[in-house]
Amino acid sequence: MRADSILFPTEAGLFCPEGGFHIDPLRPVERALITHGHSDHARFGHGAVMATAETLEIMRLRMGDGFAGATQLAEAETRIGGVTVGFHPAGHVLGSSQISVEAGGCRIVVSGDYARQPNPTCAPFQPVPCDVFVTEATFGLPVFRFPEPSTQVAKLLASMAEFPDRPHLVGAYALGKAQHVIALLREAGYDAPIAIHGALKALCDFYTSRGIDLGALVPATAEDVAAQLVIAPPSAFASPWVQRFRDPVIGFASGWMAVRARARQRGVELPLVISDHVDWPALTGTLAELAPSEVWVTHGAEEGVMRWCELAQIPARPLRLVGYEDEAE
Amino acid sequence: MKGFAALLERLAFTPARNAKLQLLQHYLERTPDPDRGWALAALTGDLALRRVTPSLLRALAAERVDAELLALSYDFVGDLAETIALVWPEGAEDDPSLSQAVALLQGTGKAALPGAIAAMLDRLGPSERLAFLKLATGNLRVGVSARMARMALAAMGVPSVPEIEEIWHGLTPPYAPLFGWLGGGARPESAALAPFRPVMLSTPTDLDELRALEPGDYFAEWKWDGIRVQAVAEGGMRRLYSRTGEDISHAFPDVMEAMDFHGSADGELIVRREGEVAPFGELQKRLNRKTVGKGLLASHPAGLRLYDLLLWDGRDLRAEPLEARRRVLEAVDFGARIDISPLLDFATWEDLAALRAEPPAAVIEGVMVKRRDSAYVAGRPRGPWFKWKRDPMVVDAVLIYAQRGHGKRSGFHSDFTFGLWDGGELVPVGKAYFGFTDAELRELDRFVRQNTVERYGPVRALAPKLVVEVAFEGLNRSARHRSGVAMRFPRISRIRWDKPAAEADRLETLEAML
Repeated sequence: MRADSILFPTEAGLFCPEGGFHIDPLRPVERALITHGHSDHARFGHGAVMATAETLEIMRLRMGDGFAGATQLAEAETRIGGVTVGFHPAGHVLGSSQISVEAGGCRIVVSGDYARQPNPTCAPFQPVPCDVFVTEATFGLPVFRFPEPSTQVAKLLASMAEFPDRPHLVGAYALGKAQHVIALLREAGYDAPIAIHGALKALCDFYTSRGIDLGALVPATAEDVAAQLVIAPPSAFASPWVQRFRDPVIGFASGWMAVRARARQRGVELPLVISDHVDWPALTGTLAELAPSEVWVTHGAEEGVMRWCELAQIPARPLRLVGYEDEAE
Repeated sequence: MKGFAALLERLAFTPARNAKLQLLQHYLERTPDPDRGWALAALTGDLALRRVTPSLLRALAAERVDAELLALSYDFVGDLAETIALVWPEGAEDDPSLSQAVALLQGTGKAALPGAIAAMLDRLGPSERLAFLKLATGNLRVGVSARMARMALAAMGVPSVPEIEEIWHGLTPPYAPLFGWLGGGARPESAALAPFRPVMLSTPTDLDELRALEPGDYFAEWKWDGIRVQAVAEGGMRRLYSRTGEDISHAFPDVMEAMDFHGSADGELIVRREGEVAPFGELQKRLNRKTVGKGLLASHPAGLRLYDLLLWDGRDLRAEPLEARRRVLEAVDFGARIDISPLLDFATWEDLAALRAEPPAAVIEGVMVKRRDSAYVAGRPRGPWFKWKRDPMVVDAVLIYAQRGHGKRSGFHSDFTFGLWDGGELVPVGKAYFGFTDAELRELDRFVRQNTVERYGPVRALAPKLVVEVAFEGLNRSARHRSGVAMRFPRISRIRWDKPAAEADRLETLEAML
């Protein structure tokens, strides 16, 4: 069976007619398979949603009980209509999965967002042999080579020592990045209480309930926050909440921080290059490792990945899916 | 290199002056000689190194990275040195010292330079590669002024900032005697002649703000469209400095010859023919030249129009009121090439507004307003000096193309082409890169992404939906532009989310402004 009749892009996202489902659809559909809980992938109002237990719980936490008509727990392999689907860890955030779709001897793996660097807060990416590998290209340019996360945590701790009287506010997306940064700090031996913005509490509690040790977390909602280190979603820096801190050092944990103009654009004083996505070596390394007969590129810098595939002589095509927020990192 | 690279990175992102000072002081305290001296010289722009050209760097990178991937990367990053630092393949890092890097850039011959740079890049990590390339291209841009560096030095030991400033211009990198002095050793002797002294800058103002002030307390003069310079002639040495202290003497031998005085004067560098100040473009032809030919000296004669004195005949006038400095200035006959910027006659701010509205020459950019009793203070103090620029012209235009920006705006669509209606068609009339806030830039970027109708390489054609108010300083006829007119200094002054595109201005409106 031809891959592009098993799965193809539509206005609502990647669609599988044989199984009657969309993967990470951009608008409400009858049946959705969801790779992970980030809001641009996991949207409200589908008829039925299949995802990992963690992703379903994250969707419930963020959107409430009625986020979908029905939910179904993803298993390793499930038959849906004429296709077999499977969920495999993607190493991006807690519960994140790649979704494999197989029919007529052709297997397509939709990786969603994925990462290869070890991440203490989620299961590592599992390479799944496939005919077509659908990759993101968020950081699909050779300029993105992320440093060891420990060096970035060391940079943060050095700044806290250099400016002991200044609170350090680190922007990190509420799902995944915030917990990743906290876990990295704990790995580095930082054991003081860390203050978290209210928007992070439910998800941090959920991570903790899943056995991920985030140490002592205190609310950053009081008028006078005692902790020197505060983690908050980036949107909080534009709100009056931030005014309670005197002369803060504003940090931001994101793969985008690898490029200075991006960091400057955000008004960041302490850019921390910590990502939950594949960088260029990991992305191209994954393609080389899996050696699929075809690569489809979803969102991001698809031109870079297309060029690499051309040089590596792997057929590739961009899916031009719009609606996945390449900033949400 | 690691310490220096970390310092540069931190400084580049630290906006607050005090935090910068602290970072700099701690680096200088913790780093041994001679590395800290080289770092200091690099930061203050006092390090003379072989300048590595962008084309040399491009050629080096092309040997290591696919040309198309390199081009895509550069398009995204927007800075060549940073792009190369990021894409350069990892080598065997062994952390060479800053002194080694400086020695390489000082001592390597032209033919051996590309190979030496590549070998150095192979020995460095990504952050150090960027620091090295910024050093090599002479473009650190971390917002450290020489004055700030001297403040950090003063914080390290007993000598005060003025004590350090006094000997500063006679010192050469890597400043071992200076650091010795700060550490308790002997004071180095000054050897500088005709040094640069920091200039005093003005803040923008408008009629509303001025009305709160007493006109009698102020002088006003025309704001000339030239280059602010400091002309210093002391102890037989003559120098012409730009307002940032860059020595531009070599490009203006005609001015240097005319500087037959003993002192330090503040004024405007202009090209003047038969008493008339030529447009800025004429002066530009004289800038950035290593040597100036006889032809250019004759066709583009440069001169000075002075407005202040810092020192005169061995006396430091900076603490005296402007009125007193001006009296000394007006008593001097400088000869034909140097004259004095006249004071404007006004009793009320409305008088001045009338003068500003109808300046006697097109090259006048507005008026300067200076407190009569103001001392000459380094930097940009709020208040005593104001610039009140001419009002810009404006049109309402429609955005038609967008392209991703470079530098600070890279990754965002920040380069806009806009057009005016000509019949039922939009004709491009100009491009603007700024004028909007960072928040507006994000909104514009979102608009571009959501309203792209076609792509031509990096250029996106937009649905003609969004009206922007474009402000500009002047208008010329131009055969190179399809519209037949070229704007000077155009920028987006307002985004008119509210205005329908059909109501934007017509090309005739712009032509009528000519």
